[in-house]
Amino acid sequence: MAPDPRLLTADSRPKLWRLARLDFDPVRQRPVLLYPEGAVLLNDTGAAILELCDGARSVGDIVAVLNDRYHADVEADVTEYLDTMAQRELIRAD
Amino acid sequence: MPTDRPTTLLAELTHRCPLHCPYCSNPLELMRAEAELTTDEWKRVFSEARSLGVLQLGLSGGEPLLRKDLEDLAAHARSVGLYSTLVTSGLGLTRSRAERLKEIGLEHIQISIQDSDPEVAERIAGARSVRHKQAAAQLVRELGFAFTVNVVLHRANLDRIEQIIDMAADLGADRVELANTQYYGWGLRNRSALQPTREQVERSREVAQRAIQRYRGRMQITYVLPDYYEAFPKACYGGWGKLYLVIAPNGSVLPCHGATQITGLSFDNIREHSLDWIWQESEAFRLFRGDSWMKEPCRSCPRKTVDFGGCRCQAFALTGDAANTDPVCTLTPLRQIVDRALEEPALPEYQYRYPSEAPLPV
Repeated sequence: MAPDPRLLTADSRPKLWRLARLDFDPVRQRPVLLYPEGAVLLNDTGAAILELCDGARSVGDIVAVLNDRYHADVEADVTEYLDTMAQRELIRAD
Repeated sequence: MPTDRPTTLLAELTHRCPLHCPYCSNPLELMRAEAELTTDEWKRVFSEARSLGVLQLGLSGGEPLLRKDLEDLAAHARSVGLYSTLVTSGLGLTRSRAERLKEIGLEHIQISIQDSDPEVAERIAGARSVRHKQAAAQLVRELGFAFTVNVVLHRANLDRIEQIIDMAADLGADRVELANTQYYGWGLRNRSALQPTREQVERSREVAQRAIQRYRGRMQITYVLPDYYEAFPKACYGGWGKLYLVIAPNGSVLPCHGATQITGLSFDNIREHSLDWIWQESEAFRLFRGDSWMKEPCRSCPRKTVDFGGCRCQAFALTGDAANTDPVCTLTPLRQIVDRALEEPALPEYQYRYPSEAPLPV
């Protein structure tokens, strides 16, 4: 059986679902993730995480980039966020 | 309290359609082509919808491909930042039209499939359609659109739910939406011919659950159970006038595609008002917004923030009063109306969707 794409490890290289697109909603002044029959309004941090989900960076790489950017240890928050988005199948790991 | 911003607009570009499905969500009174909004009017509406906060646009019908200006409308929708879904039967989706739609940035196409059994599929559609749909699905797949297969379920196809799901996967769908028939308008008129048995519903639920697991990561499956067999009503689009609006072919703005059957409700038209004004002020939207319209048992019920009293259109269709609790709810004595309907004898004949009520030519 193929590995469950909803379960991420530090080595997983998540990318946005093929059907999802990151955009900015000028009406609500919020980043937004759009996909068939759905939309998730994001905060800036959420958008920053999802922008790094390019299928090339691992979860570890994403954490390292954001640790560096925010000068703080964001590992727990970032992995929790990625897990939630993976459970909703809005990001996928190959 | 400020009004919420809508997120989703369903644009019924036309009521014209090559299919005659007896569960059609269009009203019994179908509008003629002469009544339809012009290209410029639709474009203005899409721009206004985006400014109002709409993110998702359904380009629907009828069959939207019967509008010669569909590509023009889809291009405009994309240019103002809407995520658009073409909701189509697949009939009329030629290669050149599909390529043009891809070029202008349409993202998502939903094709309806009636059944995995071609004979039954064409019987319910009332038209030759299976080969056209297969060809359309192939194009959608080949050109790389996000692709959803939509299936309306009823007594005659529910036992083939597994084959239908496998067929959607074979067609290359990213998503499949399996929705049991809702009984408004045409569906209500054909209820005794469409309604499944409890055994069929139970079995299909298990098959769908297994398929969801089996296809996880490859194809997303959503399964909507028939609400008559549920204990509580469905929460229609997060409540009346909250997130969702529908524009009929003639520009009437509706809180729900079923709302025209609520007699006594009048709808404002984008030919006379801005969409923003209609969303905020139109009586049809204000009437059932929030919870001050509710009667008991909804008014004091903790579930009122979960299902908002259920569907106003269904309350009206079954009880004659749109402010009643949706009679699907087992907390109201009105539930006996639904229970009685479940006991209805099954009838074999469909009354097909036609502009006039002419019988189906054979």
